[in-house]
Amino acid sequence: MTAPVAPVTALADGEWHRLHPASPLLRGGLVFIAVLGFVLANMRERLLDMFIIVFVPDTGDEFGERYDGWQNDWANDPVGAIVTNGQIGWALLAVAVVVVGVIVGFWMSWRMHTFRITRESVEVRSGILFRSHRSARLDRVQGVNINRPVFARLFGTAKLDVSVAGESGNVQLAYLGSALADGLRADILRLASGARAEKSRAAAPAERAMPDAAGAPLAEQAPGVAVGPTPASARVTAVVGRRVDEFLAPELDPSLAAPESVVHLSVARVVGSTLLGGTTIAIVVFVAIIVAGVAAGQEWVIISFIPAVIGLVGYLWSRITKSLRYSIAGTPDGVRIGHGLLSTANQTIPPGRVHAVEATQWILWRPFGWWSVRVNLAGQSASASSDAVQRTIVLPVGRVDDVRRVLALLLPDAQSVLDPVLGAGLTGRGAAGGFSTTPRRAAWLRPFSWRRIGWISSGGVVLFRRGALTRSLAVMPLARVQSVALARGPVRRMLRLASVRVHTLAGPVTVELPVADADEAAGLYERLAADAVVWAGADESHRWGAAREQQAEVVS
Amino acid sequence: MPDRPEAAEVPEAAPGSEVPATPETVAVPDGGPAPDDVPALETLPDAGPAPASDGLESFDPASSASTPSANAPEHPVPIDEDWRRVSPKYVVVEVVGSLIGMVVFVAAFLVAYFWFEWWWALWAAVAIGVVSLVGIAFEPRRVRSIGYRLRADDLLFRRGIMYQRQVAVPYGRMQLVDVTRGPVARALGLADLKFVTAAAATAVTVPGLPLDDAERLRDELVALAETRRAGL
Repeated sequence: MTAPVAPVTALADGEWHRLHPASPLLRGGLVFIAVLGFVLANMRERLLDMFIIVFVPDTGDEFGERYDGWQNDWANDPVGAIVTNGQIGWALLAVAVVVVGVIVGFWMSWRMHTFRITRESVEVRSGILFRSHRSARLDRVQGVNINRPVFARLFGTAKLDVSVAGESGNVQLAYLGSALADGLRADILRLASGARAEKSRAAAPAERAMPDAAGAPLAEQAPGVAVGPTPASARVTAVVGRRVDEFLAPELDPSLAAPESVVHLSVARVVGSTLLGGTTIAIVVFVAIIVAGVAAGQEWVIISFIPAVIGLVGYLWSRITKSLRYSIAGTPDGVRIGHGLLSTANQTIPPGRVHAVEATQWILWRPFGWWSVRVNLAGQSASASSDAVQRTIVLPVGRVDDVRRVLALLLPDAQSVLDPVLGAGLTGRGAAGGFSTTPRRAAWLRPFSWRRIGWISSGGVVLFRRGALTRSLAVMPLARVQSVALARGPVRRMLRLASVRVHTLAGPVTVELPVADADEAAGLYERLAADAVVWAGADESHRWGAAREQQAEVVS
Repeated sequence: MPDRPEAAEVPEAAPGSEVPATPETVAVPDGGPAPDDVPALETLPDAGPAPASDGLESFDPASSASTPSANAPEHPVPIDEDWRRVSPKYVVVEVVGSLIGMVVFVAAFLVAYFWFEWWWALWAAVAIGVVSLVGIAFEPRRVRSIGYRLRADDLLFRRGIMYQRQVAVPYGRMQLVDVTRGPVARALGLADLKFVTAAAATAVTVPGLPLDDAERLRDELVALAETRRAGL
């Protein structure tokens, strides 16, 4: 069922390889060209005049008068001084040296930027004078992300990010050929899974001759070479056609995942859910303040609040565009989440890398039955970059069915446990679905949600249900528990209550039971502490492919 | 480290027992990881891994069979039957810290009172002084509430009288164990043992351990974490 495939690319062979030749251009060259263009555009007039003076020396007095001030005025007008002092040759030489220097620099940095994928790690060497060598162990890989910014897509390239646990511990391969990046992702995850490559290679020797793999590392670098002596125009048309195809192709390759495991979002739901979010409320409040202020004759209100409204609208817009073309699919390598309209991005989370999952429903979403699902992952760290935040949102908005499917993808082992209790966990209260109940005295602390607060644990996961205004159901695999805490403040002690918190990696999800009967909480704490050890010991997901193969062998 | 029998009599005479506590503290590590002379520990052989801890290798099939998790038959740390307390001398560290904080704030408010003649600053200084002194009076009780306990598979830590908190950290989840020492603690020969897991919220620091104990415990726990390590 895992269907380990033969290496899709020849890149994962343990040898050093280079990146796509357009990478220096994409990584900094575009900025350089833009700066150059800006300078030239601003100096156009001067340069034209300069050429007239140099090549048509007798252009009359007009110029002589206008450029009297050119003489030796280095500080104000270096170009003029160069021209009048007859140092144009040197100046051009200097410009040429700078340009050649930059180009050589880019070329050198491309030459020196190499990567290799061995059985143990992904390694990247870079730098001309100051060499850096960074390696990520494959069994610590937390996910592989592929980003395709608009410009990179124009060049048919993609950025590959191997995320490992820890602050800024990511290994980035920018940029690779678009198709190669997908193949390489599959290769990295296959190696990381510990599945024995010899076996899969032997199993599918024919597939190695696939046209995709034929070009090996240089396929994308020199598209013309493989095609042979075809006319240049045909080649250009072919390349353009391929780019257009790539642009129009669906974000998720249909052959990659079984269609029934794919969750899509409709545009209407994305727009509607975003408009019903907290940001819209903030905008409405701000607009009301502005209107009230203007009505009261306080014009300063406009100046102070309109920038905030513009910012919020921009944020809304980016939320919507990022959520467009969203898809979540189960692939053999893990859960693949893709999104984006012009700049696309997708991430693949291998099995066992999900530390905690939470489905939440804001009160305004309740009439529509919408939920959003967020996860805690290692490798995102606590950095508040919008990229990292985006990556933790697994399902921006979906119905209960979608939540069910996403949970099944994220925690496949717990599916049989989750399915029967999910409905009670999401919307139920009291003892429905086998959840624990909270004594009535907890209403002093949680007046609205005390009936909903409860937990259930079986089959290697623990579920915490809470929240009335914002309903929340947190699911945590016990194999990922870092530690368990039991806390009792003075008020809780008076009410014979206690809270239990399961510590997980930094992320949007907090796994906590805010109030519970003191004895029950103590029991839960002991039980979770013991279960955490047992399930962590039984966990084999750091080499998930090897574990699956073992299971298959045992079965057969 | 005050071992269990001593800790039982500490409550009423915490400052007085400081001096006799010191030689005993040294004696416990000398006695090996599983001191036989402590009556409370006599149940230890039943716990399985404990007898093996002297040799650090378990050759006894019976003892490893009784271990709940089969992946770590040897157990380099003795399992505690009861809570272990931190050194009573740690009270001094806490009191000195509180006093310094109190002096700084009181002085700042007094300066404000005498310089700017803000009358309320005097009352603020008095209030802070009283609250701090009350806090200091509870300090021995608070230090006595700090406890830790090594179990077969995890470390328990608890502290607090008003806000009680108890944390269980599985050994395999410890990413690093840190020994830190402040100036006052160093003067008293104490050290803090800090456990770091992948979750920031764990925040377990056992303060006020005698330095020898802290370092020994650190090495043992690191070794233990290594044998139990299982990904993240």
